[in-house]
Amino acid sequence: MLELTPSQTVGPFFAFGLPFSGGGDVVPVGTPGAITLHGTVRDGAGAAVPDALLEFWQAGPDGRVPARPGSLRRDGRTFTGFARVATDRAGDYRLRTLRPAAPSDAVQVRHAPHLAVTVFARGLLHHLFTRVYFPNHVQANADDPLLAALDEERRATLMAVPDGGVTGPGYRFDVRMQGPGETVFLDLSAHGLAQPPAETVETPETP
Amino acid sequence: MTTTDGVPDPGPRTATQREVSAEIATAAGAAPRTDGHPDRAYLPYRSTALRAPQRPLVVSPPSLTELAAPVFGIADVTPIEADLTRHHTGDPLGERIIVTGRVIDGDGRPVRNQLVEIWQANASGRYRHEGDQHPAPLDPNFTGGGRALTDEDGTYRFVTIKPGAYPWRNHTNAWRPAHIHFSLFGTAFTQRLVTQMYFPGDPLFGLDPIFQSVTDEKAQQRLIAAYDHDVTEPEWALGYRWDIVLDGAHATPPDTDDPDGA
Repeated sequence: MLELTPSQTVGPFFAFGLPFSGGGDVVPVGTPGAITLHGTVRDGAGAAVPDALLEFWQAGPDGRVPARPGSLRRDGRTFTGFARVATDRAGDYRLRTLRPAAPSDAVQVRHAPHLAVTVFARGLLHHLFTRVYFPNHVQANADDPLLAALDEERRATLMAVPDGGVTGPGYRFDVRMQGPGETVFLDLSAHGLAQPPAETVETPETP
Repeated sequence: MTTTDGVPDPGPRTATQREVSAEIATAAGAAPRTDGHPDRAYLPYRSTALRAPQRPLVVSPPSLTELAAPVFGIADVTPIEADLTRHHTGDPLGERIIVTGRVIDGDGRPVRNQLVEIWQANASGRYRHEGDQHPAPLDPNFTGGGRALTDEDGTYRFVTIKPGAYPWRNHTNAWRPAHIHFSLFGTAFTQRLVTQMYFPGDPLFGLDPIFQSVTDEKAQQRLIAAYDHDVTEPEWALGYRWDIVLDGAHATPPDTDDPDGA
C-alpha cells in the first residue's frame, strides 16, 4: 500500500476555485418531483459558518447511482447526482434535486435512501462525511444499519425536516459542526482498504 | 491589522509565533493519526477550536452511493482551464510554472479521467477574494482557479504562476508558506480529498500550523512537490512534480449505474 496524501483545510478563499454556476441546481426549476434542500451550517458556539462548502452525492429516484458527466456545466436534462454549494454570509445553503431511492441491488446493505454529504470549511483540516435521510421512509430508515445504531437524538441530526418549499416540497437539513446537537459525522474507512464492496454487505434479510 | 481570514479573532489576545511554535512542538510529540491525515482538533490552528467535532466519528459501512463517485468529462472542463496564465488578455506577473503529477490510489492504480481542481494566491500572495485584505496587489491578469481531468495514466498538468506567501491572522506575524490548493475525486466518494501542495525548501514550514497539523514528518513530505528539470520547459517555465495518493483502493462497485451512463 502506498502512503496516502494528507488532507489540508479548504481555507477561506475557495470561492473562485470550487463553487460553480448552478452547483446547487441538480435539476432545473419546474422539474416534476423536485425538492429543495436547505439549511444552516453552525459552529460549536452556534454561530453561522459563512465559509463552508458542502457537496451532495446521490442516487436518482430510480435507485441508480448516476455515472454521467456534466455537473459543472449542466445541460438541464441530465441527472448527474452531484451538487456543490457554498454557504452564504448567514451560513445558509440551498440546492434543488430529486429524492433519491435506495440503490436497488437487494444483496447489498439495506441503506435507506439518502444523500451522501461532504463538509469542507476553513478551520476544518480534514473534511467530514455525513448523510441526509428522509423521514417518510419509515421502514427503510428503521432497517438502515447506520440509523439503527444511533440513539434518537443523534439519529435526528441526519434526518431532513419537511418545511414546505416554495416551488415544491422543501426540506431543512442543518449541520452543527460541534457542540449541542452535533451532527453525526461518519468514518467510512472501516470497510478495509483493499476489500471489494462485497465485503461490506450485510446478510440479506431472510424471508 | 487587516484580516485575511474573514472572521473575528477567536480570543482576546493573539498568540505570538513563539507560543504557537511551542504548541506545534507539543503536538508533534503526540501520536499521529495512523492514516496520515491531521487531527481536526489542532490547537495551533485557532479556527479548529469551534469547528472540529467533539464526538467521535460514527463508523459505518459505506453505502453504494458512497462507493461510487461523480463522473466528470470533457463536457465539464475545457483545456484552457488548466492554464491559469491564459485566463485574461495579458500575462500574469510572477514565475511561470508547470505543475504535473499522477493521481493514484493506495494500490498505485491510476485514477483516470477524474476532476482535479486548484486555486491559489497570485505571485504577490493575494487571493482574488473579498475576504483577502492583505495589502499586496491584485493582478488583473490572474484569477487563480483551474480545472483539469486526469488522463488514462492518472496524470494531470497545470500551467500557472508560483504563488506568494501571505500573512494571516492565526497569531501575530503568522505567514502561510506558498501553496496551491488541490481538490480531488477518486472512483469512490469515500476517496474525496482536499489538500494543499507546497514548494520544496520553504522556510515557513516549521512555523505554519496548517502544514504542521500533519504531525508525521514523512506525511509532511508527501505534501511537498519536487522540482523536476524534466518537467521544466526551456525558455518557458519551471517544472514541479507532485503525485497524489487517495485514500483506499476500492474495487468497482456492483453495476448499479445507469446503463446509459458514461
